[in-house]
Amino acid sequence: MLDKTKDPVAERDFKVVGTRPVRPDGVDKVTGRARFGADISAPGMLVGKVKRSPHAHAKLVSIDTEKALALPGVKAVVTRDDFAENKKQCDVLRNIMAREKVLYDGHAVAAVAATSATVARKALKLIEVEYDVLPHVIDVDEAMKPGAPLLHDDMITKGVDPEPETASNIAQRYEFGHGDVEKGFAEADVVVERDFKTAAAHQGYIEPHACLASFTPDGQGELWCCTQGHYAIRGFCADLLGMDISKLRVTASEIGGGFGGKTTVFLEPLALALSRKTGRPVKMVMSREEVFRASGPTASTSSRVKVGATKDGKITAGEAEFRYQGGAFKGSPVQFGAMCAFACYALENVKTVGYDVVTNRPKQAAYRAPGAPMAAFAVESVIEELAVELSIDPVELRLINAAEEGDQSSFGPTFPRIGLVETLEATKAHEHFSAPLGPNQGRGIASGYWFNFGGATSVSLNIQPDGTVALAVGTPDIGGSRASMSLMAAEELGIAYEKVKAIVADTASLGYNEVSHGSRVTFASGLATIEAARNAKKILCARAAKMWEIPEEAVEWVDGHARPAGANAGDFEPMSLADIAKVAEQTGGPISGHQEHNASGAGASFATHMVDVEVDPETGRAHVVRYTAVQDAGKAIHPSYVEGQFQGGAAQGVGWALNEEYIYNDDGRLENPGFLDYRIPVCSDLPMLDTVIVEVPNPGHPYGVRGVGETGIVPPMAAIANAVSAAAGVRMTELPMSPPKLLKAINAKKANGSA
Amino acid sequence: MQYEAPQTLDAAVALLADARGAARVLAGGTDLLVQLRSGAIEPDLVVDIKRIDELKKITAEDGGYRIGAAVSGAELGEHEGVRALWPGVVEATELIGSTQVQGRATMAGNLCNASPAADSVPAMVAADATARIVGPDGVRDTSVRDVATGPGQTSLGRGEIVVSIFLPARPARSGDAYLRFIPRTEMDIAVVGAAVSVSLDDEGTCVAARVSLGAVAARVLLVDEGARVLIGTKLDDDALQALAAAASAACSPINDKRGTIEFRTDVAGVLARRAAQTAFERAKG
Repeated sequence: MLDKTKDPVAERDFKVVGTRPVRPDGVDKVTGRARFGADISAPGMLVGKVKRSPHAHAKLVSIDTEKALALPGVKAVVTRDDFAENKKQCDVLRNIMAREKVLYDGHAVAAVAATSATVARKALKLIEVEYDVLPHVIDVDEAMKPGAPLLHDDMITKGVDPEPETASNIAQRYEFGHGDVEKGFAEADVVVERDFKTAAAHQGYIEPHACLASFTPDGQGELWCCTQGHYAIRGFCADLLGMDISKLRVTASEIGGGFGGKTTVFLEPLALALSRKTGRPVKMVMSREEVFRASGPTASTSSRVKVGATKDGKITAGEAEFRYQGGAFKGSPVQFGAMCAFACYALENVKTVGYDVVTNRPKQAAYRAPGAPMAAFAVESVIEELAVELSIDPVELRLINAAEEGDQSSFGPTFPRIGLVETLEATKAHEHFSAPLGPNQGRGIASGYWFNFGGATSVSLNIQPDGTVALAVGTPDIGGSRASMSLMAAEELGIAYEKVKAIVADTASLGYNEVSHGSRVTFASGLATIEAARNAKKILCARAAKMWEIPEEAVEWVDGHARPAGANAGDFEPMSLADIAKVAEQTGGPISGHQEHNASGAGASFATHMVDVEVDPETGRAHVVRYTAVQDAGKAIHPSYVEGQFQGGAAQGVGWALNEEYIYNDDGRLENPGFLDYRIPVCSDLPMLDTVIVEVPNPGHPYGVRGVGETGIVPPMAAIANAVSAAAGVRMTELPMSPPKLLKAINAKKANGSA
Repeated sequence: MQYEAPQTLDAAVALLADARGAARVLAGGTDLLVQLRSGAIEPDLVVDIKRIDELKKITAEDGGYRIGAAVSGAELGEHEGVRALWPGVVEATELIGSTQVQGRATMAGNLCNASPAADSVPAMVAADATARIVGPDGVRDTSVRDVATGPGQTSLGRGEIVVSIFLPARPARSGDAYLRFIPRTEMDIAVVGAAVSVSLDDEGTCVAARVSLGAVAARVLLVDEGARVLIGTKLDDDALQALAAAASAACSPINDKRGTIEFRTDVAGVLARRAAQTAFERAKG
């Protein structure tokens, strides 16, 4: 469904934008030719492997590598001694290689390079590590208690006045909001207050981390790796290895999923250090177990949410406290959780507090709308309960309170044009909304918000002599962006999509590009692509002017052709891009367009999801039977990939809601480091995930684009929890709603009911 | 590690009997390869039995079927005769892994891996199946119940190989069924498994029954009390409730990452009841 409003951007008549051509990387991917991280090889390559801590928390007393180094075939071992202290990357340094302590099960303590994987594995066993095991803490609430085992002796909570005198596991306190919540609750007729917990979930990308590093004797490095941001990887690695940024060239491979988890370094600095030590290329690939134990899942959380409303459904106050553990180092996404929690609502009185907590788990990495889904799960569950108490339809209740243009957001700024109301209206209008439910089925609805970032972006567009276009972007393609960029370039230049070939260039070829994160690529790289195309068009027009011997201003670009701007300019046959490109050598040389900028004007994306779940009351098994995801895309450049993003977020949300969790034993060891027991949904677990694209143009983008990649994972857990609760007749406040938990709740209710 | 793929059973037995260190039999490999890759096991010798012709066959025998140890789940599933006689055993075997895994996985391998959660084993136990074992001392037959002695442990002696599973003949008006609980829809490991086999008389009264549970104890269980409460009934609600109670009572599960004691005990009763209903419907024809 397209919601075309009076906006001139929406009224624009696009020629190729909005169509659904085949992606340029599609054939390679379905035929197996695409080269992912582990597909890169080099002559003389060594195999690198990592020795990891079996302890959740221990002093690292000593590491003896002598026996490993004596093993034939072993070429080098690196440990903490091979990396200099680095104040700027203090935590990253300690995460890639333990220094004073190991802080989680799976924490790297040494890495070896050998002539084969077999030798490398043997060598790992020969590395002798002496640990002094310390008490550990896994749960976020336990970690916050006084007397909990301390991970960092010097961690003084920031954001608290006065500053605490003693160390704790709380890295920082955040607070957002406005108005007076006490006053607001006093005005409420109904108040709902609940506690919630969510488990740590992994991004679950199918491709494990992999890289190939090559370091030459003159101090130059090359790195091929699967990453969402090769410029960021270059920065981390150059820093950790103490080298000039310009001497390290990083090339991003095709990527088999990242979802935020491939925005930092794990193996890359180790591979470079091993290559520097041996003078040979070193390839490293994580096993699935390593991915789970040592890369970043997102935070597990604990929260309390309180919302008050009048009888007619006006929310008078919203208050929440969020406690997120982000693993062994500061930096959980609690700040974003606290910011996004009430973003869907125009509230007079709102207050959110967030605590960033450390525990003996792997350092969290970003995961699709980092921090927001857990907060939305809690808040949207309470909104649903409020709707039931007030006997108001949950969509109506949201419409009564929905944030709109001009409302002050719960985190401060005033919203520009946004599309939450449109997603709610589209939900109400959808056939699913009034479809009958079967026995043991329940329907749940939830809305969600996520920001959209701009950031540093650099794009280069080269017009080739045959009239085709080579487009180089620096943001790894994690969701079909090469297709989207090609569509925007083709639209702007007035040529066919097939005439544009987009690539992801290496770090030496373009200016700095921020990571493919924050739903920014289609917006920011798209904006840069459009500007680069416009710059190229200026040159194309200038070349035509030169040939026609008229002033440059007298030439305009229309429908893929340079033509005289008016009757006064002269009478010349319009020249196509190909016509001008063919003779470029005679008119001044190659024609290119560039754009380097910090993209601003990003527009937020809201979504509303609706889901039907069937619960087996005898086993506690919940099965999603119908799903509709409605989201504002601003303008869908390639609708199939926009729908794919909505579906991907929903699918990951289903897993997070129902079965995914990090399970630790009493020793703090991860019990389920594999896809057998870390249960992401399989295909048959999901119904067709229906989508509705709402288009409320973003005024900050020439085509109206909003980033869509992340918002789709914000509403699912709440929507599913609302559906499960409706189907089972019990309110579920803890994720995952796995069968043992759900059955226990159902049985407890039965027992209470019959008592 | 030494890998051998002999073409005769004698050669396979000799290799295993003469092995110096740890030796493993490779049938489908869907458990063994996973264990090798994870480093959980480091055998010195792996003997692949898939090249031995006689182990790749399904043969009719005494009104039942003998299923070779190298017959894959996919092959079993395509066998009309076995499907008709023991549908519960076939459906249990077909639940193992994914479509790709089905092309490799075998019932005998599932049995010898000795996981209490093995899907095909409760169905085989309910079917009163027999395992034929060949070793340095000759051939012996044993109840499938007696092959696994605990998680990962078997009663097989040095050099012994399970070469076939025998599913016996059964009276007309018989049926069996297997159900398992997994949180997902496929590609998972049973949190609870339940198999029921029943035979009915002409009036539809149950005259024989076997009830077996997986993943609720250190070994797959045969629940005699569950059979007792079905026999003599037409599987009315009371009988089914009694079966559920008997199944739950027989459980001695553990708490682990896949489920709690409470959950497994509860769900064992539910699944036994549901499996019995399906077996009953199949028996009625």
